[in-house]
Amino acid sequence: MFSILRQILHDGVLTEAPPEIDPELQAAKRRLSDEIARRFRRSLFIREIDAGSCNGCELEIHALGIPYYNVEAMGIKFTASPRHADLLLVTGPVAKNMEVAVKRAYDATPEPKLVVATGDCGCTGGIFGESYACCGRVSNVIPVDVSIPGCPPTPLRLIQGILAAVGGSGDRDQESGIR
Amino acid sequence: MLFLDQPLEFTRVEGGDALAYTARADFEAFGEFALAAYESGRRLVALWGGDERDAETPGIAVCAAFDLPEGLACVKLVCPVEDAVFPDLSGFFPAADRMQRAVRDLVGAAPRGGDLRPWLRHANWPADYFPLRSDAPEARFDTANENYEFVRVGGDGVHEIAVGPIHAGIIEPGHFRFSVMGESVLRLEERLGWKHKGIERRFSGMSLADGLKLAGRVSGDSTVAYAWAYSQAAEMICGVTAPPRAAWLRALFLERERVANHLGDLGYLGNDVALSFGLMQFMRIKEDWLRLNARLFGHRFMMDKIVPGGVTVDLDDAGVAEVVEQCRTTERDVHRLKDVYEEHAGLQDRFLTTGRVTPELAKRLGAVGVAARASGQCVDLRADHPVSPYDRVKPVVAMEERGDVAARALVRFAEIDESLRLIRALVDGLPQGGVWNAARSEPGKRGFGWVEGWRGDVFVALETGADGKIRRCHPRDPSWMNWPLLEHAIIDNIVPDFPLINKSFNLSYAGPDL
Ligand code: SF4
Repeated sequence: MFSILRQILHDGVLTEAPPEIDPELQAAKRRLSDEIARRFRRSLFIREIDAGSCNGCELEIHALGIPYYNVEAMGIKFTASPRHADLLLVTGPVAKNMEVAVKRAYDATPEPKLVVATGDCGCTGGIFGESYACCGRVSNVIPVDVSIPGCPPTPLRLIQGILAAVGGSGDRDQESGIR
Repeated sequence: MLFLDQPLEFTRVEGGDALAYTARADFEAFGEFALAAYESGRRLVALWGGDERDAETPGIAVCAAFDLPEGLACVKLVCPVEDAVFPDLSGFFPAADRMQRAVRDLVGAAPRGGDLRPWLRHANWPADYFPLRSDAPEARFDTANENYEFVRVGGDGVHEIAVGPIHAGIIEPGHFRFSVMGESVLRLEERLGWKHKGIERRFSGMSLADGLKLAGRVSGDSTVAYAWAYSQAAEMICGVTAPPRAAWLRALFLERERVANHLGDLGYLGNDVALSFGLMQFMRIKEDWLRLNARLFGHRFMMDKIVPGGVTVDLDDAGVAEVVEQCRTTERDVHRLKDVYEEHAGLQDRFLTTGRVTPELAKRLGAVGVAARASGQCVDLRADHPVSPYDRVKPVVAMEERGDVAARALVRFAEIDESLRLIRALVDGLPQGGVWNAARSEPGKRGFGWVEGWRGDVFVALETGADGKIRRCHPRDPSWMNWPLLEHAIIDNIVPDFPLINKSFNLSYAGPDL
């Protein structure tokens, strides 16, 4: 116990250590918190769905939870069920074998819902394209509100993309324009 | 050249720096060579098929690669399309089972007498559409509901728990069918293939340069290992080798990938036993590694930095200093965290004896990578078949015997330490010179690549057609070999320990789903 406490004290609160963080990121985070407070009363539940990614995008989504980015402090929580979700964060091109599961998860998510297509694959089908086994971009399968390009998109881009979705006008399938 | 006293004449594949041999066999000789390999304790590395109806010996080809002391031995059987069968190897190489089923799904050659259930095909394309046959048209099919034949466990009080394809966390999709009595698991059957995207068909017709990008995205967490294995194969085809400095930088990238992934795994293992302190600590260090990757090499995961002929980035003295300093702080922090893990009674209680794979079982199932080394199997390509620079920096293989979650965690701790040592040695001995030699594709050639990634050995078989473009590329993820291990590791454990046991293997879904 003592060593755990010592290590925690030794590290301090990394989330607020400015040199560690891109100034751009700080601004994006503050704006995101405000948007979440306004529209979702301080809480945004995200259900992440891997529709056929290479797993690279997942690595960056994992990073959102770590001390540097700490999205939970902004009111963002990743939930286990689409039934609790406000937003679906979908990675990968949609593999044909995942098509039904993705549609079911979408249908199980209560309205109003947002869908964010993540990574070059989610935006366009990426390098995998469309084939006998691959449905390509996420919007070929379910309606998409915002797309976040990148291979994989960095945690910063992910936060900005979520911000675009939450603050957006709700136009379907608008590129967030973040590069 | 003959191996294992078998009457198969092997020839060495020229070019490149890895040792690979190929031979042709008929139906009987193919099966006999595989059996001889098994009987002398060697491993099956990969099994894949291809359409060679336009070749000198026309037909459907089935290839099997074996790990021999001399290097990689690849045996090819060409069978007629109207009677496309090959020997069932799954009786002695259990991991062959799913590979054989994938061969059947993709090229339509079947193991005689073997398991004929589909694997990658989930009824979403017709049973007579073989995507890797050259005359299979570009096509789209309606999705269908598959009725997969799970093995049923009968008896009073036995019930089934079905999980997935979409899981509760931020993880890849797969389906697990547990047969449970009370809380104990009697049997687990995995149903994977959900992420199948047609990668192998996609490769065909690509240039070697484009293929590199696809290879690096088969399993994004191992992008360096895949890019290196693919580049080795491509270099055999082009008849070039990477300059010495590039080889050393490749190893630097590979060890950095290993450290980053092991850090993440150790964090999540803590998290799975409710020690979120561990997750936050390890993920913080991992993030520092990713940020330094981005700063020095231009990408957080170093995607597309290894290419046929060399690497696309160099490292200057200031960069070397940063790499060395990061090794110092990481070593200090990881040792502190290891002490915390070791003294934490709750964590040890959950880790010890959980999800055990005995050394005998690991050997029997042909385990690879971290999971094999945690069960007493001394398999590590960096030591078994070292290419430059591993022949110089000589990695020490980390081993544990117990085969439980604790052992798999300890192997990761030891490998982080060893990788930190290797990284220091690599930047210290970094040869001078260029980092890239031009690589031009040659028509009608074959190449193989084989690299010890953080999860296990990544294998790539590559062939060019008459136009110098990719004719066939088969990337084999180490997870093919280790998924069956997980099915055994969970037996007699309780259902709530499954996430922990699963994490301790941390196998790829995207890699084998292809
Ligand atoms: S966008 Fe890139 S990292 Fe994300 S799933 Fe596609 S290939 Fe992988």
